[in-house]
Amino acid sequence: MKEYLLHLADDALVMSQRLSEWTGHGPVLEQDIALTNIALDYLGQSRLLYQYAASIIGDGATEDSLAMLRLEHEFKNHLLVELPNALPAGRDWAFTVCKVFFFSAYQHALMQQLQHNADEEVRGIAAKSLKEVTYHLRWSREWILRLGDGTTESHQRMQQALQACWPFTGELFEVPPYEQGWVDYVAIKKTWMSEVQQTLAEATISSPAGGGREGAFQTGGLHGRHTEYLGYLLAEMQYLQRAYPNSEW
Amino acid sequence: MAIAPLEARFQEKIDRDIKIEPKDWMPPAYRQTLIRQISQHAHSEIVGMLPEGNWITRAPSLKRKAILMAKVQDEAGHGLYLYSAAETLGISRDEMITQLHTGKAKYSSIFNYPTLSWADMGAIGWLVDGAAIMNQVPLCRTSYGPYSRAMIRVCKEESFHQRQGFDTLLVLSKGTDAQKAMCQDAINRWWWPSLMMFGPPDDESPNTQQSMQWKIKRFTNDELRQRFVDVIAEQIKLLGMTLPDPDLRWNEERKHYDFGAINWDEFWQVLKGNGPCNQQRLDARRKAWDDGAWVRDAAKAYANKVRLKKEVA
Repeated sequence: MKEYLLHLADDALVMSQRLSEWTGHGPVLEQDIALTNIALDYLGQSRLLYQYAASIIGDGATEDSLAMLRLEHEFKNHLLVELPNALPAGRDWAFTVCKVFFFSAYQHALMQQLQHNADEEVRGIAAKSLKEVTYHLRWSREWILRLGDGTTESHQRMQQALQACWPFTGELFEVPPYEQGWVDYVAIKKTWMSEVQQTLAEATISSPAGGGREGAFQTGGLHGRHTEYLGYLLAEMQYLQRAYPNSEW
Repeated sequence: MAIAPLEARFQEKIDRDIKIEPKDWMPPAYRQTLIRQISQHAHSEIVGMLPEGNWITRAPSLKRKAILMAKVQDEAGHGLYLYSAAETLGISRDEMITQLHTGKAKYSSIFNYPTLSWADMGAIGWLVDGAAIMNQVPLCRTSYGPYSRAMIRVCKEESFHQRQGFDTLLVLSKGTDAQKAMCQDAINRWWWPSLMMFGPPDDESPNTQQSMQWKIKRFTNDELRQRFVDVIAEQIKLLGMTLPDPDLRWNEERKHYDFGAINWDEFWQVLKGNGPCNQQRLDARRKAWDDGAWVRDAAKAYANKVRLKKEVA
């Protein structure tokens, strides 16, 4: 169970860490605020999950020891969330929005199931997260529409972002080996597909789904085999805890 | 109506502490002074997000990360209220942003200093936000209504930030030797620039007298600076740290702390654009704005399409 909680927590934390790189650099002030808000939601989710995991692990584990002192191969997040805000680096609004949309559509379906979980703590976290995720999904969906059906340039950029993100979506429906029989991933995939297909159609973006591309999916994150990007993300995030061990902050 | 009676009525309102509202007549110079001051304040909030944003991805704990992110987000919110307040004077946000990017409008010079360690997050909260609050609390009673109302909201959040900053330093001051050294170093670097935030000495501040008469400003730069020194010189004792000023001592006769001479050459140099981060900060703002152009265009184009569809339907 702790492994699965860490998997959920790592997704939320890494998502937050990436999005927070936008703070102060957004395309317009209102969206700078919105994106920071979403990053804060993810951070809050990760803290609840790490705290619960720490209580199960015991042995002095804390939210910070779990977030700041585990190594790359111990992180169990999906590859999608660790991708930079633009490939191979930098900040691209289309790519970021695409990431948030794909992840939110997944998380929305996931939390809907987890809010009925037998474990009271998990239920509570899922119910709280679901409210936030519902907003993230609406926000990112609106941006997919604006960019897809905005200008010629934004349409092109959205289409490119989608192509770049797509290979990392298949992993979202993989059943983690430490999963507790809590979640029906086939149902998640079905809900996700229908949300994505409908939004992309409305956004006049052509969907890469189908066409025998299933084999092109990247996986490994659930087992601790990540992209090259995660190591740098953790090096930055964990720097103070590593440089000044055993300190209070 | 001739100008003289309008001016007399305007000054009468000011003297009776009646707020000036957007549709009221006001002297052009009053309007210009406010646009300059409010937009400068808004720009300071936005540029001020950068030095603190510099540590969001490296915050040492999840709790500190959450606090820092929320704080930087508050600053964006302050920028929004202030741009809106300035817009009531007949200038658009885009125009103000252009003035910032071309160097025509200024922002607080304090943000042209680098944030070199985690302790800087504490020092900025305690000293920089502390100095800002000293400046801003009187502005809650400033004569222009929308500015005054914006400042009431800003001040509530700023005092919260200041406490968080002090708390960050307090934890470091009780920590390991390395943390204590980090704490002292940050205080050493931020102290003098914080004193400069109150602006040039009164005898070299050209706008002060008129601004006081219009009740845009309520206290002079030197009065506020002294008040700040008196508060911080006491609070530093709680941290067990020192302020980097050998001349700092209590003056029983004045009932104030005396303090050493401020390096005004440095102040004017940074103001002119020669501070450690002037170029970097403006470049970051320009880049965000330029890179975001296609996003703003797409949002406008999409909104137009949606509107047209509704009109057809």
